[in-house]
Amino acid sequence: MTVRTYVRHLREGVKNVFRNGWMSFASMGSIVVSLFILGVFMLLALNVNKLADQIESQVEIRVYMDLNADKAKIEEVNRKIGRIPEVKKVTFVSKEEGLERLRQSLDDDARSALDGYENEHNPLPDGFDVEVFDPQKVAYVAKQIKAFNETDPDKPIYGVYYGQGTVEKLFRITNAVRNIGLVIVAGLAVMAMFLISTTIKMTILARRREIAIMKLVGATNSFIRWPFFVEGVLIGLGGSAITTAILLYGYSQLLKTTQYDLGLMMIQLSSVDEVSGFIAATLLSLGALLGIWGSTVSVRKYLKV
Amino acid sequence: MIEMHDVAKTYPDGTTALSGINVVIDRNEFVYIVGPSGAGKSTFMKLIYREEVPTKGQLFVNGFNIGKLKQRKIPFIRRNIGVIFQDFRLLPKLSAYENVAFAMEVIEAPKKVIRRRTMEALELVGLKHKASSLPAQLSGGEQQRVAIARAIVNNPAVIVADEPTGNLDPETSWGIMKLLEEINFRGTTIVMATHNKDIVNTLRKRVIAIERGTIVRDEPKGEYGYDS
Repeated sequence: MTVRTYVRHLREGVKNVFRNGWMSFASMGSIVVSLFILGVFMLLALNVNKLADQIESQVEIRVYMDLNADKAKIEEVNRKIGRIPEVKKVTFVSKEEGLERLRQSLDDDARSALDGYENEHNPLPDGFDVEVFDPQKVAYVAKQIKAFNETDPDKPIYGVYYGQGTVEKLFRITNAVRNIGLVIVAGLAVMAMFLISTTIKMTILARRREIAIMKLVGATNSFIRWPFFVEGVLIGLGGSAITTAILLYGYSQLLKTTQYDLGLMMIQLSSVDEVSGFIAATLLSLGALLGIWGSTVSVRKYLKV
Repeated sequence: MIEMHDVAKTYPDGTTALSGINVVIDRNEFVYIVGPSGAGKSTFMKLIYREEVPTKGQLFVNGFNIGKLKQRKIPFIRRNIGVIFQDFRLLPKLSAYENVAFAMEVIEAPKKVIRRRTMEALELVGLKHKASSLPAQLSGGEQQRVAIARAIVNNPAVIVADEPTGNLDPETSWGIMKLLEEINFRGTTIVMATHNKDIVNTLRKRVIAIERGTIVRDEPKGEYGYDS
């Protein structure tokens, strides 16, 4: 095929979108509707995911040293924890800071109960706050820290806490929420494909005659297929571009109107910048693929004349 | 030009449309195919432009063994056969010019050549002034003229016309016949299936009559031979 012919196919494909005005409109409409629903759930899933991440990131490990551990020992444990690859950050919490934290967590009346425990009377141990890169790994890291005692005859660590039991339950819930979101999005993608394929089948059915005539004057199959292919891509891209625009605009409006209320609840939704790349890339490529798939499948059916 | 040796066509559902067909149509002939409805005329035409394949026998068009033709070669032999139908079969969204030019775009002819030949073809059928009209804006006779222009634009060796005047009034029909005769005069073989008694009996040509799937009569400058 010559370059001139490719240019012709490109031109014909573009022209066909306009020649078949209503049919193009209908196909684009079905793409917009189904991708829109899909997009809404994608945004929902993204935010649920982010929320789950936020909750999970608050999980950290607290390590308490034995009261008898001396400064050198504390330093050594600090270094050893820092060397565990999963660990993001180790913060030393002295017994004084520990007491201050305890005081903060109590209400005014109860605070006075802590009076007299300052300085040498402080019964609390020194310790560390340990942050982990992947919150799902806290149990594993906690176990490793606990294991220091096995190699050290001084048994310098008094205890390792990370909300055992509660954390596991939390992760079960966040994982379930993520998986449900994924299943819904996948289901909607299948539904979108079905809806769009029906519309495209209808538009091609209307053009069965056209294809038959093309064959009659001696057009090769690829000659017939190319403009349909271009048309499919254009309709798919057009539809998904419209969807992306509507979706992102709507989402930015949603963020604007809800940011105050949600802010009070300490919930932070993903910003438009955070989601726009993913949403646009997914929807546009999905739209183009749907267009191509629809036109090739349907044209092939009528080429066997 | 067209040779059929003991050709038969049986459709998948078991009906035999044609059997024992032996016929030779020479270059530059003008042949009417007549016979009652359902006798096998349309199948006879479809075999020539390879819409159908014979189930038995051998069929040559323009030197090609049509029955043995590979699927991907079909478009290329069709470019040498112009086809005209009762229902015109124009692309409704394309103008008269575009409909005719399409047959040349398919063979990837240079733009200049397409332009020149398309205008020549439209001029021959007398529709140069309606080049930009859509089929819906044209009368039946005019649409058939566009279809004829499309059929001849690639200078085919054969034109297969399946009841080209079937949908037209007598006066318009005569216009179409004049045109076909002119095309035939310029050297194109024409095979035309028809029910039009007046045309066959007035414009005398070779007549092949098909009844119940076989040729029952084949005479030069023949008559229609049926009542209607």
